[in-house]
Amino acid sequence: MSTVLEQEPQAVPPAPESRRNYLNAAFGVKSWLLTTDHKRIAILYLASVTFMFFLGGAAATLIRLNLMTPQGDLVTADTYNKLFTMHGVIMVWFFLVPVIPNVLGNFFLPMMIGARDLALPKINLASWYVFMAGAAFTLWAILAGGVDTGWTFYTPFSSKSSHTNVIPTLIGIVISGFSSIFTGLNFVVTVHRMRAPGMTWGRLPLFIWSLYATSVILLLATPVLAIALTLVMVERFFQIGIFDPALGGDPLLFQHLFWFYSHPVVYVMVLPGMGIVSEIITCYSRKTIFGYQFVALASIAIAVLGFLVWAHHMFVAGQSVYSAMIFSALSYAVAIPSAIKVFNWTATLYKGSISLQTPMLFALGFIALFTIGGVTGLMLAALGVDMHVHDTYFIIAHFHFIMVGGSVMAYMGGLHYWWPKMTGRLYPEGWAKVAAMLIFFGFILTFLPQFVLGYLGMPRRYHAYPPKYQVLNAMSSAGASILAVGYLFPFTYLLWSLGYGKRSGPNPWKATGLEWQTPSPPPTDNFETTPIVTTGPYNYLQQALTDVEENEIGDQLRAPGPPV
Amino acid sequence: MFAAVPLFPEQASTHAGRVDSLFFFIVAITAAVSLLVTVLIITFAVRYRRRPNNNYDPHIQGSMKLELFWTITPFFFFMVMFVWGARVYFAVAESPIDAMEVYVVGKQWMWKMQHQTGQREINVLHVPVGQAVKLTLTSEDVIHDFFVPDFRIKLDVLPGRYMHTWFQATKVGTYDLYCSQYCGTNHAGMIGKVVVMEKAQFDGWLSSQAEGSLALQGRKLFLKYQCITCHSADSQARAPVLEGLFGRMVALEDGKTVVANEDYIRESIYKPRAKIVFGWRPIMPSFEGQIDEQEMIELIAFIKALRPGETPVRNEESTPPAVDPTSEEVTRPKP
Repeated sequence: MSTVLEQEPQAVPPAPESRRNYLNAAFGVKSWLLTTDHKRIAILYLASVTFMFFLGGAAATLIRLNLMTPQGDLVTADTYNKLFTMHGVIMVWFFLVPVIPNVLGNFFLPMMIGARDLALPKINLASWYVFMAGAAFTLWAILAGGVDTGWTFYTPFSSKSSHTNVIPTLIGIVISGFSSIFTGLNFVVTVHRMRAPGMTWGRLPLFIWSLYATSVILLLATPVLAIALTLVMVERFFQIGIFDPALGGDPLLFQHLFWFYSHPVVYVMVLPGMGIVSEIITCYSRKTIFGYQFVALASIAIAVLGFLVWAHHMFVAGQSVYSAMIFSALSYAVAIPSAIKVFNWTATLYKGSISLQTPMLFALGFIALFTIGGVTGLMLAALGVDMHVHDTYFIIAHFHFIMVGGSVMAYMGGLHYWWPKMTGRLYPEGWAKVAAMLIFFGFILTFLPQFVLGYLGMPRRYHAYPPKYQVLNAMSSAGASILAVGYLFPFTYLLWSLGYGKRSGPNPWKATGLEWQTPSPPPTDNFETTPIVTTGPYNYLQQALTDVEENEIGDQLRAPGPPV
Repeated sequence: MFAAVPLFPEQASTHAGRVDSLFFFIVAITAAVSLLVTVLIITFAVRYRRRPNNNYDPHIQGSMKLELFWTITPFFFFMVMFVWGARVYFAVAESPIDAMEVYVVGKQWMWKMQHQTGQREINVLHVPVGQAVKLTLTSEDVIHDFFVPDFRIKLDVLPGRYMHTWFQATKVGTYDLYCSQYCGTNHAGMIGKVVVMEKAQFDGWLSSQAEGSLALQGRKLFLKYQCITCHSADSQARAPVLEGLFGRMVALEDGKTVVANEDYIRESIYKPRAKIVFGWRPIMPSFEGQIDEQEMIELIAFIKALRPGETPVRNEESTPPAVDPTSEEVTRPKP
């Protein structure tokens, strides 16, 4: 992004030690726990969700180990049920939902629109405390005996039949929902009110568009989850008939309420990832995004249409055939904006100057895995196919391709891409490339066999299974071990880089975003002077023209093209 | 060992081929597009890798023609998938009229099957090959799911209501039956078998298991629970006669009408005050807790089979007729 700054963006920065930045502005535990700096809060979130990721990952490891043998020798059926519930609850509410918005969004949303902080810094800090309170409640419930309902809490099992810590778990999730609402509110207000001069809606980076769409979903959907889960608690505690037919309730009502939140929330997980991919693809192919308006509006279209497809989780649950038909058609509609994005990313690569550094590897990996997740979604949206594969490993594979192959790959890409900005240090490129490859291929080996298992008919949430499914399960578990090692890599070398990584300078990737026009790590106020924006994002054309003199890239650009 | 690893389920019902064709159609279309995208990405990443003279052109911003092309083309294919998918789904939702009926009750953690002719089975269902079988399913506790992968049928089984699906087995054999909706501790153990037999063998199996038809069992319950006291076919009746009731429209006190199907009858027995038949007083007590799901199925089977003139006589208290009331030779009691 071309900006007019007081000082030349590429000027040599003073050595970070001698310069004030958000990390050395203050020291001590209190300076972190009482901070209202969006960057420090992002770091608090980073530490918290990383911890949750490894907890959820530990549960996943035990699940895959147990499924090595058909009899499920490792743990008992009850323990297994608690493990997959723990895995789902932690990964969905305490990792996937907050991870990109609250870590990378918190850090970069203000910087990318040229603001000094979020609009409501105290609300931002409060959101972290609320999140931690919710997480503490849920973790306590899980450690003190656990809960065995599955992360979906289907009634009447959750409200009547389960004898585990359902209510404390639900309280924790409802509490953490307020953290989502705070964040959504903060982002929406910030994007509306805090954009730098010249930062029109048509010049917003695509990561901001996707965070904006995400925030709208969080604001509108999270209250419905709170309602649904509170009603489960009411029925469970007071025996008031809401969902249990024996008390005069309707079990499908719960599914409608639950999926009215939980389908849109899939887009909360994947939309910010799509935004990151747009940032990375443009930077490492040194081109503007192909079809900016289409990619931006596709985010909004996904957010809107995402609210109209919830009952596709209920095709075999007992809704009317006509209702199923309508939700099937709408599910195909929501696939179109996602397809548009994939095609536009691909077209962006055309005639680019492509460098396959780690973030780019993750972004291209995202496109591949997200596409597989997306097209298998088309199979599930077809009523006649869903009827067979619903609630089997086909579904498990499908949504892991979207949430792990999609969101987590994008998050890893974003984390590497912005790591130098956040810490002032470069990650070790060689190790990072190895990690990207391990994660990509480990993921494929883990989840591709599950599509086959699912079409064969292996139901999900089975502690033990018929022996004919063992070979495919063993393949999946083998892949999971590669995946686990892959995730330990970045954890290790990123920590290492804090002390030993090379200094990055303000803009190691020569990216155009406003966040790169300030020192790394950024000062507490982000910008010394408020930037003034004069062109759209991803103006790599201008940069290439400037580079002609330096003869680094774009030799063939000596004759400038038509004005853009 | 690998020779024994199945990679694709058997096609053992008339639905299987239809579901698989649709699946392969979508796989073919999406695989072609995914492959195209993959090839393009790899080609671009190699062709335009960062080096001198790689044809770098940062002027490209987009193309309305291309955007329209890749918006409209998927839409067209998606609609084909949607319509095809809906047709397959509707075919499974509508059972043929001549289907043989079987009732299924799920509970933690077992399947109980009841044949029209009275045979009961646990975790095993015997059916004849080449015969359409209609399943009516309900649950005693939480939500379960009746899933036979080789038949490509799956349906949630809910407490408090009846769900319907059907299949027609095409191959003799034994097929896995799974509970596919998480239902607690032993969810993974809630599995069973569907045994598909030749027609003649099946008839032999049926007669070796004879117990008297479901409707006959229901008739006994109709007398045992004193339903006959009010639902009698004489002038002192205090409740509607149930002859020929099933499938009819019933006028209610509040002016609405309702079709007398299984769910209506079940509700009227468990919650008699929920829908009051026009012209009758709400005096019936609830039988919730007294009649279990299996007896309910028998009562419904009795009411379904009850033709005009077949209501038992009120004081016929202990001796049910020796003959099945649904069979032709029934001797109709004279009112």
